[in-house]
Amino acid sequence: MIKVENLTKSYANFKALDGVSFEVQKGEIIGFLGPNGAGKTTTMRILTGFFPPTSGKVEIDGFDIFNDSIEVRKRIGYLPENTPLYQDMEVYAFLRYMAELKDVEPEKKNQHIKNIMKRCGIEHMKNEIISRLSKGYKQRVGLAQALIGDPKVLILDEPTIGLDPKQIIEIRNLIKELGKEKTIILSTHILPEVAVTCTRVIIINEGKIVAEDTPDNLENKVSGVAKVIVTVRGGSPDLIKSRLEGVQGVSNVTVLKNHAGFTDLSIQSEKDVDVRDKVSSIIVQNNWGLIEMHRETLGLEEIFLKLTKKG
Amino acid sequence: MHNILTIAKKELRSYFLSSIAYVVFAMFLLLAGYFFTVILLYTQEASLQGAAYNIVITLLFLIPLLTMKSFAEERRQGTLELLMTKPVTDLEVALGKFFAAAGMYLIMLLSTVVYVFILIKYGNPDMGPIYSAYIGLILVGFAFIALGVFASTLTENQIVAAVIGFAMILLLWVLSWASSQFTGNMAEIISYLSLSGHYDNFVKGVIDLKDVVYYLSFIIFWLFVTVKSIEVRRWK
Repeated sequence: MIKVENLTKSYANFKALDGVSFEVQKGEIIGFLGPNGAGKTTTMRILTGFFPPTSGKVEIDGFDIFNDSIEVRKRIGYLPENTPLYQDMEVYAFLRYMAELKDVEPEKKNQHIKNIMKRCGIEHMKNEIISRLSKGYKQRVGLAQALIGDPKVLILDEPTIGLDPKQIIEIRNLIKELGKEKTIILSTHILPEVAVTCTRVIIINEGKIVAEDTPDNLENKVSGVAKVIVTVRGGSPDLIKSRLEGVQGVSNVTVLKNHAGFTDLSIQSEKDVDVRDKVSSIIVQNNWGLIEMHRETLGLEEIFLKLTKKG
Repeated sequence: MHNILTIAKKELRSYFLSSIAYVVFAMFLLLAGYFFTVILLYTQEASLQGAAYNIVITLLFLIPLLTMKSFAEERRQGTLELLMTKPVTDLEVALGKFFAAAGMYLIMLLSTVVYVFILIKYGNPDMGPIYSAYIGLILVGFAFIALGVFASTLTENQIVAAVIGFAMILLLWVLSWASSQFTGNMAEIISYLSLSGHYDNFVKGVIDLKDVVYYLSFIIFWLFVTVKSIEVRRWK
């Protein structure tokens, strides 16, 4: 659906994008992650035809963004950063304007707009002047505008920024629902959101792609080895440590803390081996108390930080 | 084509949602009415000639006030990004904005038809020069609008857009003054380029094809430059 080949964008004094390439299949929801200034918005602006790249190719639904710009724009819905809107217009009038520019059939226009407003939860706001809306509602109007014309591809630049937790969940669900029919690229800083809504994650830093995978794979790949943390009551730290090291699949045991009869230990297992069963058996067999056990993997946040360390 | 009308309609409506359009309209009527009245009382002539000249002078600064928001406001609000990523061409956007301002101007001009009715009621005006004066006013006004819209593409700041627009219009209007400094071909070229030079005939009652061509080319030229100006911002 979307093919990006070797995009570069250079300004007088710096390179915003340096050889960005990726592909998006129909029906995917791509999470575009990166620190501020990494090149997410620049990439999106090129994809939507707002400005051309310095070099490289973009193809959306078979149409080239440079040669067939208008055809591409017919097939996309775009929510730009900071959700720009015509402040002096009423919500319905604004959406109708967008519908007319998108060539929505006149007979269906009214119903189409109503449906979208309902989906975005702004039905009751149709006659409100946009400048009077709260940030959350403005965001929804921006999203609604992107949905006008039922485009195959949605490109959303920080769709949940500035929303409160409840609104974020609503938008998240909406995006997941839309993902069933459309191809979506969204950029965000809110990492848990990406793990929940996106089928694939692309991490960009300083104009280059540093990682590209499903959220799960990314977690496994980058976190490397899984760790199990246990809290044991009774026994001496050294004894516990040596017994645990004997467990099949355990590669390393470190004592973290020892206080008032409780010992915290960090157990590193070999890759893809779940040692929790055996560890709990050993502890119980030795008549120690298994007080707590949990597994630690690098969350998306740490992966993000790890991959986007400067330089 | 229908995109141009869509954009023009929306922009025209937006004029009436803001206070600037009403203020400009009111000022225009005030000044035009004043000129018309004073000149009529002084000359006792059933003619729009004097008024026609003075009305154009008011347009020098009133039209930039109308066109200043065309692109400057969109850029400032960030909505240009919204508009330019829709399936509309830069040309359609530029023409849409132009026609909206032109429409606003025509509405303003329409309200001066009242003066003509007054002349007809109380005098016996020669209708020929009146028709040609209006055609001249329309062409000159559209020319100013084309310049004003172009000026609006140069900045995010509406005031700056208005000032640049005013300066360009004024410069081209008084360009004919400079022709006296030159001789021969140079003088003729400068004289030809001046916006005001071509207006005289219309006021006198003469519709010369040469003058119509001048204004139409002028308008088309500056609309073309406007489209290029938008395009260049994409490429930067």
